[in-house]
Parts: sequence; C-alpha cells; structure tokens
Amino acid sequence: MSENVGIVIVSHSADVARGTALMVEQMVGREVPLGWCGGDPGGGLGTSVEAIMKAIEQAWSERGVAILVDLGGAETNSEMAIEMLPEERRGRVVVCNAPVVEGAVMAATEAASGATLEAVRRTAEELTPV
Amino acid sequence: MMIDRQARKLLFETVAQRVIAGADELTDLDRAIGDGDHGTNMRRGFEAVLATVDELSARNLGECLKGVGTTLVMRVGGASGPLYGTLFLALGKSLGDEVTREQAADAFAAAIEAVKARGKSDVGQKTMLDVLFPVLEVLREGGAGLPLRLKAAARAAAEKTIPMRAIRGRASFLGERSIGHMDPGARSSALIVDAVADVMEGFA
Repeated sequence: MSENVGIVIVSHSADVARGTALMVEQMVGREVPLGWCGGDPGGGLGTSVEAIMKAIEQAWSERGVAILVDLGGAETNSEMAIEMLPEERRGRVVVCNAPVVEGAVMAATEAASGATLEAVRRTAEELTPV
Repeated sequence: MMIDRQARKLLFETVAQRVIAGADELTDLDRAIGDGDHGTNMRRGFEAVLATVDELSARNLGECLKGVGTTLVMRVGGASGPLYGTLFLALGKSLGDEVTREQAADAFAAAIEAVKARGKSDVGQKTMLDVLFPVLEVLREGGAGLPLRLKAAARAAAEKTIPMRAIRGRASFLGERSIGHMDPGARSSALIVDAVADVMEGFA
C-alpha cells in the first residue's frame, strides 16, 4: 500500500486518459498510485461510472485519491462513482477542478512528495483561473 | 393506486421502449447543441433496463426503481446516466407498492431536488429540470384527466426550452447559439413522462 495520495484520470477518450497517465508516469515516476479510464460503457467517447470505480480501486491509497476529469459528464460520473463507493472510502476521494493533463501532472508531483489529499487538490486547482 | 408486479413490468417496459424509439430524435437534438450522444447513451441504458425488466419488476416498486437507477448510472455514460440514475434512485427511496398521488408528488419533488444537486443546476437553465418541475406542479394539483394534463405539461415545457439559453452542460459552451433548439434532456424527460402517463391512464 502506497503512502502517497493516488491519482485517477478520467477522460471521455481512452487515448487521452492513457496518454495523460503515461505523461504522469514519465514525469513523476511510479511512486504515486495511478488509475485511468476513458470511454463510455459501449466503447465510444464518454465516461463510465463502473470504469471510474475500477480506476479508483486501482489507484486506492489510504491517504485518499484525487480525480482529474475533462468535460462535464466526466465530472458528474466521477461524483456518482464516489457516492457509490463503500462509506469508509467515500470521504477520501475528491474531484479536482483543474485541466486534466496539467492538473494530473501537478497533482501527481505534489502527491509524490507525500502531501495530503487537500494539498494535492489545492495544487491542481491553482491551475484554474479564478 | 396499487402498482403490482404486472404493472411494474408494463411501466418500465413502456418507458424503456419509448426512450429507445425516441433515441434518434434525441441524438439529432443533441447534435445541434451538445455532443450528439444523448440518444445513443439513453438507448444503451434503457436497453439494459429492458433486458432485465422481468427480474427488476419482481422486486417491490422501491427496489425496482433503485434497480433502474443503478442500471442507468452504470450503462448510460455521459452526464445523463448519473442524472437519470439519480432521479430513479431517489424515487425508489421514497415509494412503496401502494402509491397515492400525494406520495408520488412528494417523492417526485425529492427526486427533482436530488437531480438539481447532482447537476448543480436549477429550473430555467435549459435542462431536464425545465420539464420535470412543471410536471411536478400538475401532479401536485391533481384533479380530473391527470395523465393527459401531465403529458400536455411535459410537451409544452420541452417546447419552452427552445428559446432558452443553456447555462449548464455541454450546450452552455455555445452560449447564445444554444437558443433556438430544444434541449435534448428536456425532450427525453418528456418522453418518459409521456410513457408513465400513458400507463397511468391504463391503470385508472
């Protein structure tokens, strides 16, 4: 079990999610638990609650998981996925309001330093114009 | 009104079939102001409902509604999965097999609040809420010819989204250009209300 906060990347496109995950791995290394998913339940562009739940499981850390999303449906589906988690995990997963690629890299960098979930989220969200 | 197993099956079959039959229209509407996947997504979700309708309708109405909600959450994809899923899950939380109009209205009101919270949206933003809310008002009033009036309210409310400007969802990226098109979510909500009202008419 990693001591670092985990990162999940959720995109409408599996290619974008996978590519972002590769960038994170290359720039930050593997000490941050990482999960990603993209595409709807039918294999087209979109997001899937089931896939997001699996990605959270994959990136699970007792210190929490930060999710980075691209467009609207990815956010709504991620929030839904969080609500469907077992109760003891629900409060330890957050959706970051940040651009998906830059946010994932920044969040993972922060997470790799052993930062808390809140600090990871804050760092990712600094990229969002107020 | 008692909603027994047979009635539950008819209800969810009818709703699913209507949404599936309307899928192409929903996709056309969504292509105009969204990303053109609403019909495909809704079809996938309601085909999954239809495939399990026997098993679903064997449960009591509350559990049945929750089952439909979970199926939609898991199968629809896009933002409409969690939104419609939340609507059905919330209805399932408060309804039993024996339903009065008042109970239905209270449950529907609670479900609308849940959808508002899920979508961080409200009435007047060119969404499904612009159909659900006027339908709730008619349901609250009750009175003669309720199914017909529910259908008329849903239809008129969906039409009223045409001149609205989208504030939430993908259509909001278009700003002023979202004006002049019916909201696909409003249309799919109207399809569902229409199906429920038709089944109600048969019960009454």
